[in-house]
Parts: sequence; C-alpha cells; structure tokens
Amino acid sequence: MSDNSYTPDSKIGKWFNDRLPLLTLSKHLQDYPTPKNLNYWWTFGGILTFCLITQIVTGLILAMHYVAHADMAFESVEHIMRNVNYGWLIRYVHANGASMFFLAVYIHIFRSLYYGSYKSPREIIWILGMIIYLLMMMAAFMGYVLPWGQMSFWGATVITNLFSAIPLFGESITTWLWGGYAVGNPTLTRFFSLHYLIPFLILGLVVLHIWALHVPGNNNPIGIDLKKPSKDTVPFHPYIVIKDLFALLIFLIIFAFFVFYSPNILGHADNYIEADPMVTPAHIVPEWYLLPFYAILRAVPDKLLGVIAMFAALFVLIILPWLDTSKVRSAIFRPLYKQFYWFLVADVLILGYMGAMPAEGWYLLVARVATAYYFIHFLIILPVLGQKEKTLDVPQSITEPVLGGSANQSLAKEQKK
Amino acid sequence: MSDQKKTKRRDFIFTASYTLGAVGVGATVWPLIDQMNPDASERALASTEVDISGIERGQSITVLWRGKPVFIKRRTEEEINKARQVNLKELPDPEKDEDRAKNPEWLVMLGMCTHLGCVPLGNKGEYDGWFCPCHGSHYDTSGRIRKGPAPTNLEIPKYEFISNSTIKIG
Repeated sequence: MSDNSYTPDSKIGKWFNDRLPLLTLSKHLQDYPTPKNLNYWWTFGGILTFCLITQIVTGLILAMHYVAHADMAFESVEHIMRNVNYGWLIRYVHANGASMFFLAVYIHIFRSLYYGSYKSPREIIWILGMIIYLLMMMAAFMGYVLPWGQMSFWGATVITNLFSAIPLFGESITTWLWGGYAVGNPTLTRFFSLHYLIPFLILGLVVLHIWALHVPGNNNPIGIDLKKPSKDTVPFHPYIVIKDLFALLIFLIIFAFFVFYSPNILGHADNYIEADPMVTPAHIVPEWYLLPFYAILRAVPDKLLGVIAMFAALFVLIILPWLDTSKVRSAIFRPLYKQFYWFLVADVLILGYMGAMPAEGWYLLVARVATAYYFIHFLIILPVLGQKEKTLDVPQSITEPVLGGSANQSLAKEQKK
Repeated sequence: MSDQKKTKRRDFIFTASYTLGAVGVGATVWPLIDQMNPDASERALASTEVDISGIERGQSITVLWRGKPVFIKRRTEEEINKARQVNLKELPDPEKDEDRAKNPEWLVMLGMCTHLGCVPLGNKGEYDGWFCPCHGSHYDTSGRIRKGPAPTNLEIPKYEFISNSTIKIG
C-alpha cells in the first residue's frame, strides 16, 4: 500500500512515528481507498462503532451507582432513576442503546446478506462479525438481568435452563452457572462481572473485524473486485467520513426519539416489579431482538431438539460463506436470489412476531412453518441456487455501466479471459 | 541404533513435560472454574421445615427451598383417584402416583417446570393439575407431564413427615 512509505512532516512526528507508527495507521485510515458507489446501507459500520462506545460510556457511569446484590439491585436502579443527577437519561440511553445497537446490527447483517459481503475473500470478516453478534446477545441478556425485575429473573431462569437440556451434564452445568440451586444472588453478581467484560471483548473483535476488512477492502453494491486505488475508489476521508456522519445524525434522531419520547416502549412493564422466585409472570418474552430465536426454540415440541434448533439457527449463519455456492456476490445480478432474500426477511420478521405471541394454536403452526423455511433457505435454497441460477452480466467496473469500458484495464482483461 | 535410542529418550522427555504441564495447568485452572459452583453458604441451606397443619383439602402452598419454589398440595379424593387411574402407557415419563406421593393426600414437589424452570400455575391445564404459562406444558394431578415441551415429571425432592403437622424438605 502507498501509505507504507509515509513520513510525517514534523520532526517530532517523525521521531514518534519511527518508534510507534500510529501516524502511519492514521494516514492509512484516512487515505483508505473505498468504493465510490457505497450506498447508505454501508454507513452502519460507523453507526455500530458509535453504539458500542455509547454503551461502554453509559455503562461505566451506571456501574458507579448500581449495586449488584439481589436485595439492593432493584432499588439501586430506582435510585439511579430518581436521585442520581441525569441518572434517568444515562439509564434510558443505555437501555434503549441496546435496542438501537441491535437495530443497526440487523441492518448491517442483512446488508451483507443482500450484497454477498460474506463471500470469499471476506469469510473471516463475516465470522468475526457473527462472534460479535453472539457476544452482543450475551451482553444484552446479562444486562437485562441486572435490574432484578420479574422479567430479569425469569428471563435468566429460562435462558440458563436451556443448558439443562444437555444430556448427562445438564444439571451440573446449570448449577455451576447459577452458583446455587436456582437463579439467585451469586447469579446476579457473576452476570454483572461478565456484562462489564463482554463489551471490551467486542471492542477487541471490532478491531480484528476492521483489520480483516482492510485486507480485501469494502465490498460494494455491485459486488465486484476493484483495483485500489483507481477511478472506482475515493479516499475514506473526507468522502466516507462525511457520509457516515450524516447517516449517524439521522440515526441519532431515531435514537433520541426513543430515549426522550418513549423510553419504555421497547421494555416490558413486568420488569418494574421486583424479582419474585415464587411467581412467574403470565407471559414471558425476551427483548425484541431475540424473538426470532425464541420462536424457533418454542416451535420444536421437544426440549433438547428445541435448544439444538435455536443454536443451529445461529450456526447456519456462521457457515453461510460455504452454504452459498454462487460466485456472483450482489443480489442485483441474481434475480432469483433477490426474491428469496426478501422471503427470508419476511420469514425472520414473522418468526419475531410469533416469538412475542403465546405458543399455541395457529401461532405455533405459523412459527413451525417459518422455522422450517428458515433452515430450508440456508441449507437447501442457497446451495442449489448457486448452481442453478442464471445470473445477469456483472459489469467490469463501477464506471463501466455509465461510461462504457473499464476503469481498470488490467482487471477487465483478466475477467474476459 | 544409538540414534534411535536417543530419539526415544527425547520423545519420553517431551511427552513427560507436556503431561506434567497439562496437569499443572489443569490444577491451576480448576479453582478458577470451581469457584462458580454453589459456595458453602448456599450448600448450608440444605433443608427446610414446613408447618402444614393449616392446609385444607384441595389447597396448596408454595414454600422456598434452596431458592426454588416447592409445592405442598393436600389433594382431594377426586384428584387422587384421577392420578391413580391413569394408564401408565399414556404417560411420556411413566411413573406411578403411588411412587410420587408416599402419603396419597400429600403431594410434595418442586414447583419448577422441567422444561425451562418457570413456576407452573395450580388447578390449570387440560389435566386439572398444573400448567406452565411460559411454553405451555400441562401436568396432571400427580405433577406428571402430559402434554407440552417439558421432558419429565415435576421433580419430587427428598422430604419426610417429622410429625403429623410438619414436613422436612431436603
């Protein structure tokens, strides 16, 4: 890359950079050649980084006032809401921030699915992303337990009991997770400890995610390989930085709407009742972002198989780069995949809705069909489609459809061979 | 010949070192893992005594034992008959009511659904026993699973009648 030969202008800059090349890194990030046709679906990486930092900063502050003890946790959250200066604001930003984080990550993931960003040579980026997603779910789940309300307690009970489905060791594993014979104070304190740890693990993985991204560079809406730098690319700064910031502002308007106008709409009223191990709320639901998986869990009438199906739903995503056999990345040039893509989006939304409804009657039936389709999409449709689908002609470069010819002559020749 | 001997001696030293290293790492990591298991204060809460003199026929109370709810139900004749007349072949987890309730009038069991641990509601469900609102498991008047995702019957804890009016759980 061209920035390897970078030398800072100032003497002190040069002295520092020779010892720790941070300025070279900064220069690399600024000049990084980025496809010039990136649309607004590509701004969510930046938005997600913002979300992570927001959660870490607000979480750090909340931990200064929160008490991780079964007898005091619930009251300490009310203390934050009523007594701590701006405590209500910081807690509402943190609580809604989790939802906004997931909203952004789902858009980011579905962007990748539409434009084939997970395909070779970007498999590691995708897998790192999936690990981040998994850690996000763990962090969100443990965070939801901390206020020690009814939903906290029973959500923790249901989720930790998933592990009791494991043959032979199930009971020892759940006892080990709880630090007791049911969810209780030891469970709360360890969840607090882990909830504090996970965001920093995510931060480390985000660095790897971006590092891996900077090897092949960004995918782009037409999903072709670009020569970098070329007429098809623009420097990251200022072009992409400004675009990302504009998208972030729009995102923040939505974020602020939730925080200031309906801070509790995404939560559950039962979580304002203190945890009671004797009474289960009539209708337990997880947070909205976990509902599709919850629907899959409940769609299977057998305990162990239900748990396996739920984890399998995640696992098929991890191995997705090898399930999708199509050589063409972007759905723009895959007329059939484009339709199946929207079926999948609808399917996941239906699963989410069914996860929020009681598991009975026709709800259960629809959830079962949707669960089956989810797996059919990944395990049957994608592998077969890659072989059978007649894809459209992919342009040689971003400029070709407009100007004719290729911006990268060498690349054009290569692909014609 | 002598070369081969030397190689074998090296191999032995490597294997022995790796093994010792693995044992050392294992011994060091174990306390870090085991600290998460129930501590001495949790284990000390092993038994609870419950006064059952105030419970009328058909009534049920819930007490907390080791952080878990325990149902103590004084069953009616009708409920006992219903539980005992069931053909065992119909049950997903066959168990005789006689084995579950030493004293047919008193049914003592953990109030935790064997699916994912919610507390089932009494006198509900298709078998007039318990019904779990979380994922729809139905239990009969003996606390046996009849329908739904739960794999086994409601668990019977260790308990004994200390006197006519007191049960010791645990």
